[in-house]
Amino acid sequence: MMNTAGHPMLKTHGLSKSFTLHLQGGTTMPVLENVELTVNSGECVVLSGPSGAGKSTLMRSLYGNYRVGQGSILIRHRDDWVDLAQADPRRILAVRRDTLGYVSQFLRVVPRVPTIEIVAEALTIRGADHAEAITRARSLLLRLNLPERLHGLPPATFSGGEQQRVNLARGFIGGHPILLLDEPTASLDAINRDAVVGLVAEAKAAGTAILGIVHDTPTRDAIADRLFKLYPAQMAAA
Amino acid sequence: MTLPLLEAHDLQLNFGSIRALDHVSMALWPGEVLAIVGESGSGKTTLLKVLSGSESPDHGQVLYRDPELALHDVHAMAAPRLRALHRSDWGFVQQNPRDALRMGVSAGGNVGERLMAQGARHYGSIRSSALDWLREVEIDPQRIDDLPRTFSGGMLQRLQIARTLATHPRLVFMDEPTGGLDVSVQARLLDLIRSLVSRLGLAVILVTHDIAVARLLAGRILVMRRGQVVETGLTDQVLDDPQHPYTQLLVSSVLQA
Repeated sequence: MMNTAGHPMLKTHGLSKSFTLHLQGGTTMPVLENVELTVNSGECVVLSGPSGAGKSTLMRSLYGNYRVGQGSILIRHRDDWVDLAQADPRRILAVRRDTLGYVSQFLRVVPRVPTIEIVAEALTIRGADHAEAITRARSLLLRLNLPERLHGLPPATFSGGEQQRVNLARGFIGGHPILLLDEPTASLDAINRDAVVGLVAEAKAAGTAILGIVHDTPTRDAIADRLFKLYPAQMAAA
Repeated sequence: MTLPLLEAHDLQLNFGSIRALDHVSMALWPGEVLAIVGESGSGKTTLLKVLSGSESPDHGQVLYRDPELALHDVHAMAAPRLRALHRSDWGFVQQNPRDALRMGVSAGGNVGERLMAQGARHYGSIRSSALDWLREVEIDPQRIDDLPRTFSGGMLQRLQIARTLATHPRLVFMDEPTGGLDVSVQARLLDLIRSLVSRLGLAVILVTHDIAVARLLAGRILVMRRGQVVETGLTDQVLDDPQHPYTQLLVSSVLQA
């Protein structure tokens, strides 16, 4: 893929999100207000702002995991713009399969499935050949320093850092044009953080648009082209 | 744009003063898994029965679109045609495999019977197909001539799945397929269902009270309460950011393991 000057891949306009807690007497908590964010191909934008500013909520909203109240989330899907805030579930699933990748902090998988199959599946659902997907999964897991003897085991009993690396492999293997990284290095040691920095650099060079939440400063400095600051919604409203 | 395989419009059904289905509409597209969740008495099993034609609604329609895109009104269909549909395009997985299997017929016979009902006559090919399906659901092929009553609960459920899928249905109804099984057996069955569904491109309507099962298997979810659909959408969105008070209660009531 060619890395041209960088064109918008993800744009939000007037994005607002609040939570209504029906079990707490209908309390409404505004979290995001009028977020205007653009991420271009080939760049990595890192969200900043104090705890509670809504960084995770924004990431989840951008993935369609949270339902937004107002505004739009435009995703460059093949040759179209899809508004994820309005798209029906089947459309969102298609965008996730082909365009929008996500690395979460938590690994949620069917019990009993071997690690390598979990990673390879992210490719086979996009139509890749199973054998080729397994080969790619193996090399990505090795690159993330997950030894081969673990590949055949389900990740349920793995340490936090090992599970995180399974998640990373699953997120990067698909080669999605847009990648959301929610604290991808939270439970990793220095060597593995470096591996992640390398993967991000390669993805950027291939034209991937990346948005991340990264708390550790060395990693953030190594991958971020710019920061996007979020403020707690109540303050923004005042 | 692909068209839905199954559509329900404004289904209503009362049992005396109880509203079992209260203005329920839905659609299912080819190759997708839709979970219907809700607690006992919410109407989810009734909805499955009405969708699959075994119970008639007081009002409303269920339409099935066949591979040639012709629409069929499930409840206006003559009984023999509905039975033929259940033998060919459709499959049904019951919560209790004993309700679906013939306990006095061998494992291979249970699979072969459905193939024969669809017109297969050649003994050798029926037996080899049965063997393939037993392998597919991880039952030792050497058990082909054993009676189901010598099988464990998990094996019986896998045998029912083999029997159901042997005729290559394109739409499968599942009623609590992992209910009543030990957790370890349940995990294995979930893995099996998930891989078969994605490899065979099956459309599935799955009734479950277990929202973890819905999360792992279904792309879309429909939450029912007192005969009504209170919320529907993308499974992870509905479960992680529920909008309706009842869905919030349902999600927050799950015990964390």
